[in-house]
Amino acid sequence: MKALVFERNLPRFAASRVASIFGSGRGAGIGPLQLLDADPPDLPGAHWHRLDPLLSGICGSDLATLDGRSSRYFEDIVSFPFVPGHEVVGVLPDGGTARDGSVLAPGSRAVLEPVLGCAPRAIEPHCPACAAGATNDCANLAFGALAPGLQTGFCTDTGGGWSTAGLVAHASQLTAVPDDFSDEAAVIVEPAACGVHAALAGGITPGDTVAVLGAGTLGLATVAALHHLVRPTSPCTVVVGARYPHQRQLAERLGADTVVPPAQLARAVRHATGSLVVAGRLAGGADVVFDCVGSAESLTQALAMVRPRGRVVLVGMPGKVSVDLAPLWHREIALVGAYTYGVEHHGAHGDRAAHGDTDDGRRTFDLALDLVRDADLGSLVSATYPLDRYEEAIAHAGSAGRRGAVKVAFDLRNRKGRTR
Amino acid sequence: MSPRPGFVLDVDRSTPPTLFWHGERFRLERLPEGSRVIYAPEPVEALSDPSTAIRHALLHPLGDKDPLPALLRPGMRLTIAFDDISLPLPPMERPDIRQLVIEQVLDLAAAAGVDDVELIVALALHRRMTEAELRHALGDRIYDAFAPNGLLSQHDAEDADALTYIGQTDHGEDVEINRRAAESDLLVYVNINLVAMDGGHKSVATGLSSYRSLRHHHNPETMQKSRSFMDQHRSELHTSNWRMGRLIAESGIDIFQIETNLNTDTFPSQFAFLQKREWEWSARDRFSFLGVSKVLDRTPSKVARNIFHTVKAPHRMTAVQAGEVEAVHAVTTQNVWDQQGVVVEGQTDILTMGLPYISPYNVNSILNPILVACLGLGYFFNLYRNKPLVREGGVLIMSHPTAWEFNPVHHPSYIDFFEQVLSETTDPGELSKHYEEAYATDPWYVHLYRTGHAYHGVHPFYMWYWCAHALQHLGAVIVVGGDPAAVRRLGFRPASTMADALELAKDVVGPSPTLTHLHAPPILMADVQ
Repeated sequence: MKALVFERNLPRFAASRVASIFGSGRGAGIGPLQLLDADPPDLPGAHWHRLDPLLSGICGSDLATLDGRSSRYFEDIVSFPFVPGHEVVGVLPDGGTARDGSVLAPGSRAVLEPVLGCAPRAIEPHCPACAAGATNDCANLAFGALAPGLQTGFCTDTGGGWSTAGLVAHASQLTAVPDDFSDEAAVIVEPAACGVHAALAGGITPGDTVAVLGAGTLGLATVAALHHLVRPTSPCTVVVGARYPHQRQLAERLGADTVVPPAQLARAVRHATGSLVVAGRLAGGADVVFDCVGSAESLTQALAMVRPRGRVVLVGMPGKVSVDLAPLWHREIALVGAYTYGVEHHGAHGDRAAHGDTDDGRRTFDLALDLVRDADLGSLVSATYPLDRYEEAIAHAGSAGRRGAVKVAFDLRNRKGRTR
Repeated sequence: MSPRPGFVLDVDRSTPPTLFWHGERFRLERLPEGSRVIYAPEPVEALSDPSTAIRHALLHPLGDKDPLPALLRPGMRLTIAFDDISLPLPPMERPDIRQLVIEQVLDLAAAAGVDDVELIVALALHRRMTEAELRHALGDRIYDAFAPNGLLSQHDAEDADALTYIGQTDHGEDVEINRRAAESDLLVYVNINLVAMDGGHKSVATGLSSYRSLRHHHNPETMQKSRSFMDQHRSELHTSNWRMGRLIAESGIDIFQIETNLNTDTFPSQFAFLQKREWEWSARDRFSFLGVSKVLDRTPSKVARNIFHTVKAPHRMTAVQAGEVEAVHAVTTQNVWDQQGVVVEGQTDILTMGLPYISPYNVNSILNPILVACLGLGYFFNLYRNKPLVREGGVLIMSHPTAWEFNPVHHPSYIDFFEQVLSETTDPGELSKHYEEAYATDPWYVHLYRTGHAYHGVHPFYMWYWCAHALQHLGAVIVVGGDPAAVRRLGFRPASTMADALELAKDVVGPSPTLTHLHAPPILMADVQ
């Protein structure tokens, strides 16, 4: 059995970072990631189950890690060596129980909610966030029964999805996959949940104009969530900046009103909102901007197109960036992060993702399952590769947009790698 | 010796290659044998003494109008409105006709003791002129006398306080014009007539009006019913303007119309070959063409554009007439046809044309893709009387680089129109229905129109509406040598060479098509029999 193992190795880390200058994912073969023989990880305790991955996606945060571009902020909340892969649909060889307490028979499929909060860490009592279901805001990511790790895929004890050796998952991390879901649809549930959480973090009210910067997996999932989950109660105009033609087509299919190349997004927002322009930025602007890229350029662009007292939701994972925050201060813009998922309360206008609330919220993953089905998000999986072609797979993921792809995943189903 | 009339050449084996304009460059194309090439008449003789002719026109008005001195008196309000930067093309060498005419009007006003005189640029929804452009049109003496005192203004169609609602025509058309012009005791309008649709009631009813008025005739339906714009008897655009103009006259606004005709002496001596028929090129013309072409081919487009926009035309005035609007315009129109008319027998399957670097809406600016479409389909296609040069379902082939390039100062709403509206639909009716209002009322475009040098937000729609008749009539439009992406955005077909374009055209009109080339500019009007 094999696993792609990411080790703390500074020379390889440096080599990977240099290679990434020529394109994201180019350094997979010389970086800290290696394909090694591996054994299944041990079960850390009660309520843990084995999960054999069927498909495991390659996420933007994985690429940032492999490219050596992720922030040093994460250093103390990951543990080495780790097996990447947190977008996972797998099969439970021994069965198990799901987050909702239902029993999963041996051979059942489940999707992984990778955040490693208080429950997997056997920490009692749970921190306030976990107690409220907002495991994404867990205060104990470096503590408890597990080695540090914000998610499965970044923790040495759990294994990760890029492995034929399997991983271990706590019952609180497992959600059963409906029978009508393909593996492709199931593996997209995790990023879809990120989109759901982001869309609901926007605090969108009826009549708002919303801009989405970037139309990779996260951007498209956000657009779909806006259309299916936000619009029914808060009709809004959605303007998307998408770089590549296939992204533009998908954004339109998923519910965007206007889709333009990123360079035209500010003009499209200006036109949609009837804003004036001052020194290259909008005097008015969008009520909410979702930055699904996470770069200095995208954040600067977002701040230049959001209205005073508007909201910028940072969806794409940023690193250390240099951004002029004068407009944020002067225009009283709210800059909020949207990290993964938890419990959502989105019935009423203006609700935010519920952090600390315990009323009638729904798990983001449950909303994401509906969204994947309703919006056919499984079609976002563009290519799959066997583990031994990981260099190609990662390079493909790093240039997904340019190569007409959205989500690239590893296929661990012992089938020959394929692309479509 | 009197100038030679226009000419239709039948291309044969001995015919030299035909010159095509190609933006800021030229192409020589060898057209198939049997093709026709339509050449403009030679420039008619200019007035030997324009000043005397102007004075004569002011003192001997046409129609039911007193001589201008009789209309001037102390204490009256006199407003002089004049055509904007869109005329003539290219801008003429100094002194501009507007300067010559207005100087004489001002002399008469001064002699009559008129103190309250204001000048207004009748720019409708066009961009405001710069100081340099105004100085060129009016001369420094007039500019310095009026502009510093706030007596030279540019019509602002978005200043509600500066507009007067005149009423509705019997067709329900709102008529709203510049308040100063409406409330003056006399409005003198100074026109330069380049093509047959210029002037007449259109001068005031369009030039000094607002979106509220313009939308009644600047719309796809009116444009599709104007066959052509140059034939006032078959132009709904003309008819609508005439209804409005007559309402303005009935409202008591006293208009003294001064119209001028130009000859087709369009290019200075270094470009003399552009005025000639290729087989008559002298050795010097060939040398000039080769030299100019080689230099332009090696010159960046931006530099070439700047060079061309410094070109001033040696146009000369051939006639000036003044008085009552309709009486004046009847003479002016006849003069236009006398200068520009060419009788052409029958229609053609394929019409070719080379588009130059300039149109009425990009003086000192970029001929962006929308203006390319407008110049070809709106203007050149409509240079006909009776029937279009190309048959219904035929093909129009235009030669132009059609770069995806815009001047953000002059054409801000064009950029959005091109990127957002045309990516959704190229149907004039559809885009009018779904997008026009938003662009026309967009506060940013309004701001730029009023305070900068931007065309009004709705202007790109009007440019597209100009194309409506041609779009309805033609089977296909092909652009030779254009940016394929920009050409496709326009809904046209790109071709890299004329040969490729002809092959594409055959798919539409069948094998062995007839072909006619419109050899313009200089401007000509085809009287298609």
